[in-house]
Amino acid sequence: MASRAAIYQGMMWRGRSWAVGARSMSSWWSNVEPAPKDPILGVTEAYLADPSPDKVNVGVGAYRDDNGKPVVLECVREAERTIAGNLNMEYLPMGGSNKMIEESLKLAYGEDSEFIKDRRIAAVQSLSGTGACRLFADFQKRFLPDSQIYIPVPTWANHHNIWRDARVPQQTFHYYHPDTRGLDFASLMEDIKKAPNGSFFLLHACAHNPTGVDPSEEQWREISHLFKVKNHFPFFDMAYQGFASGDPERDAKAIRIFLEDGHLIGCAQSYAKNMGLYGQRVGCLSILCEDEMQAVAVKSQLQQIARPMYSNPPVHGALIVSIILSDPDLKSLWLKEVKVMADRIIGMRKALRENLEKLGSPLSWEHVTNQIGMFCYSGMTPEQVDRLTNEFHIYMTRNGRISMAGVTTGNVTYLANAIHEVTKSA
Amino acid sequence: MASSVAPLALSASAAAIRENPKRIGVGKRGDNLFFKGKAFGRVRMAVAVNVSRFESVTMAPPDPILGVSEAFKADTSDVKLNLGVGAYRTEELQPYVLNVVRKAENLMLERGENKEYLPIEGLAAFNKVTADLLFGANNIVVQEGKVATVQSLSGTGSLRLAAAFIQRYFPDAKVLISSPTWGNHKNIFNDARVPWSEYRYYDPRTVGLDFDGMLADIKAAPDGSFVLLHGCAHNPTGIDPTPEQWNKLADIIQDKNHIPFFDVAYQGFASGSLDTDAYSVRLFVERGLELLVAQSYSKNLGLYAERIGAINVVCSSSDAAARVKSQLKRLARPMYSNPPVHGARIVANVVGDPTLFNEWKQEMELMAGRIKNVRQRLFDYLSRKDKSGKDWSFILKQIGMFSFTGLNKAQSEHMTNKWHVYMTKDGRISLAGLSLSKCEYLADAIIDSFHNVS
Repeated sequence: MASRAAIYQGMMWRGRSWAVGARSMSSWWSNVEPAPKDPILGVTEAYLADPSPDKVNVGVGAYRDDNGKPVVLECVREAERTIAGNLNMEYLPMGGSNKMIEESLKLAYGEDSEFIKDRRIAAVQSLSGTGACRLFADFQKRFLPDSQIYIPVPTWANHHNIWRDARVPQQTFHYYHPDTRGLDFASLMEDIKKAPNGSFFLLHACAHNPTGVDPSEEQWREISHLFKVKNHFPFFDMAYQGFASGDPERDAKAIRIFLEDGHLIGCAQSYAKNMGLYGQRVGCLSILCEDEMQAVAVKSQLQQIARPMYSNPPVHGALIVSIILSDPDLKSLWLKEVKVMADRIIGMRKALRENLEKLGSPLSWEHVTNQIGMFCYSGMTPEQVDRLTNEFHIYMTRNGRISMAGVTTGNVTYLANAIHEVTKSA
Repeated sequence: MASSVAPLALSASAAAIRENPKRIGVGKRGDNLFFKGKAFGRVRMAVAVNVSRFESVTMAPPDPILGVSEAFKADTSDVKLNLGVGAYRTEELQPYVLNVVRKAENLMLERGENKEYLPIEGLAAFNKVTADLLFGANNIVVQEGKVATVQSLSGTGSLRLAAAFIQRYFPDAKVLISSPTWGNHKNIFNDARVPWSEYRYYDPRTVGLDFDGMLADIKAAPDGSFVLLHGCAHNPTGIDPTPEQWNKLADIIQDKNHIPFFDVAYQGFASGSLDTDAYSVRLFVERGLELLVAQSYSKNLGLYAERIGAINVVCSSSDAAARVKSQLKRLARPMYSNPPVHGARIVANVVGDPTLFNEWKQEMELMAGRIKNVRQRLFDYLSRKDKSGKDWSFILKQIGMFSFTGLNKAQSEHMTNKWHVYMTKDGRISLAGLSLSKCEYLADAIIDSFHNVS
């Protein structure tokens, strides 16, 4: 702070020495450093720049078909044909599209959820998952200024940015076990126990990003029970409902367990992956309250936070979601299409593991098929990843995370060979 | 569930809130427990479940502008008029989707473009046409790469990114905002934790600009303050500085080493001409000043709900522009990651295509023209029917969607209660919601309220 003020004063002095009307020689922005490169974007940039015909991009966090091409779902195109040029573009209410919110709550909480009937859920349309998490973080800061957030290790990098910019202090809890490439359940439970009563925890509802490691149903029940004993607040980030197992109901299991156990949860939902609406930025933030009155109050405050950020959320993606989910034919088409995506990923996991085992790898690759969702935490070291990139033109993030969405029948053998090469003497 | 099993005990604060919803309770986190048991034939442990930790959350006040539209909807009178709305309406008082927008959307549908994430800074083609539109494609700052443009969530999102940037890099600086100004400006700077103070702007005696007050207050502020200026069509007053006054402002701002921060929500919509409406911004750029411009396509392309606009920072070097852009991105990432694609593509298609661009200019002239006609008609009726000799010409001098009538709170309420004319309590009416056929009625209402209510 002191140094910034000093720099500011320095700039002021330089400013006064300018002649009126002359183009300023120095800039107000002299103390603005270039921001560090985004670790994930940098991967795609490097991939694009590579001329090699063998190159493979498994850094990408977006679904690709078996030809490596982005996909727009048929149900989405259908919905868009309905929208184009027809509806006007008047502002949505601050809380967003009520239709979309209604449908989103049914997906997350259950079609016949009593909480929906009793109107106990405060919910607003959000700017995809990021926006939902940010609204919640700001809300947490405003109404519980002394609270912290417990974040799993590892997690999606932007989680840290979000709660940091919301000025909510962060703690971490154990999650991934590097030795087993699975869940470090014992340490996880230990950390939940050690945290002061009433702590806020960030949980990935399904398809943990970046590890792909999810607790089993039994483990979720134990976690839920311990949460009750400790009176912790569970905040679920659900970015992959339907995309993980192919079945949205199954992917919401953790949330349903917590709801059954009486927790008053918070939940961030995103349609980026499961409906392929990445660039539309559509999602939903919900907070289960004690009663309808409280839900109304909480929603009004969430809107107060949204208003000075973007006033009201974008309509296009919300229209697509509401049209699809409220039309039985389109909804069942969507369910089919989301299963196709999930199945392709599961198929590629199988293929990758089989290839590696066939090559006689000394390591265990069970985790490739045990893990779920878009990402596989391979367990490779940064040095091994660098070799993959430099020698084999395979692009991924240096934490060893492979985006299975980028794996195709066309490149899985090549990928397996390369991974085997860099890990066989490990 | 809650209705079938009564909780056995409620914490005092929870009980109090149930009785009195407006009570500001101090909710205790963690320590207040009550027992809930479910008895639906399933064996279940009754385990302590928390009272919600959001007990102390009170109901937020209703939005001053949304409240107007809601009250309007509830009114059954058939002479009712909604002049609160900040969105353009046709002469038939219907919302309007521009033809160029329909065309662009159909093109987009035909092309079947994908929905991949945009980069954090938004669609490159959009950023380019937006900077060209604001500053002029031949402007030296554009040519030399000195403008950092980041697509954002319309005007609000652009202002918020800029505010967050100011907070991070100029933590000791404050923003000077006009009195009055758009209601959300204060919310934005408050939530971004940027201190602000007001400069005089509206003179109720003349229903015009208090230019001497404005200059004095800007002069009196600490050097290096950010000065929030409405590029054209001031909201809510409709009162803009003249070119001479803009020049004087530039002199003072340069002298004080202030940073101009333009909010441009109505380019093209105010006068009907995109270039004319950009006069103030381009003047300041010509003076060699570094400045910020928050820009929106909500009104001029009717893209309200798509949330499309941009924050532009004009820097003295392309290197500074690159660094500033990278930091704006860093602020955007934990807010929403990357901006929505749909509106950006519409803009890029319309503004970037010569045919559609010309068509757009024509549609914009029509919209601005309708507003001007309505102003004229309203003025004519006011002058003709008001026998007091009051000078209503300020209505003609004002520009843009809004007009400050000079009515006070009580008079504005009278407009609603007696005449079913819905407007905001500061005396602002939206001419976008007025048709030629209703001008006489409105004139009668204004004359009555002004003279017979104090």
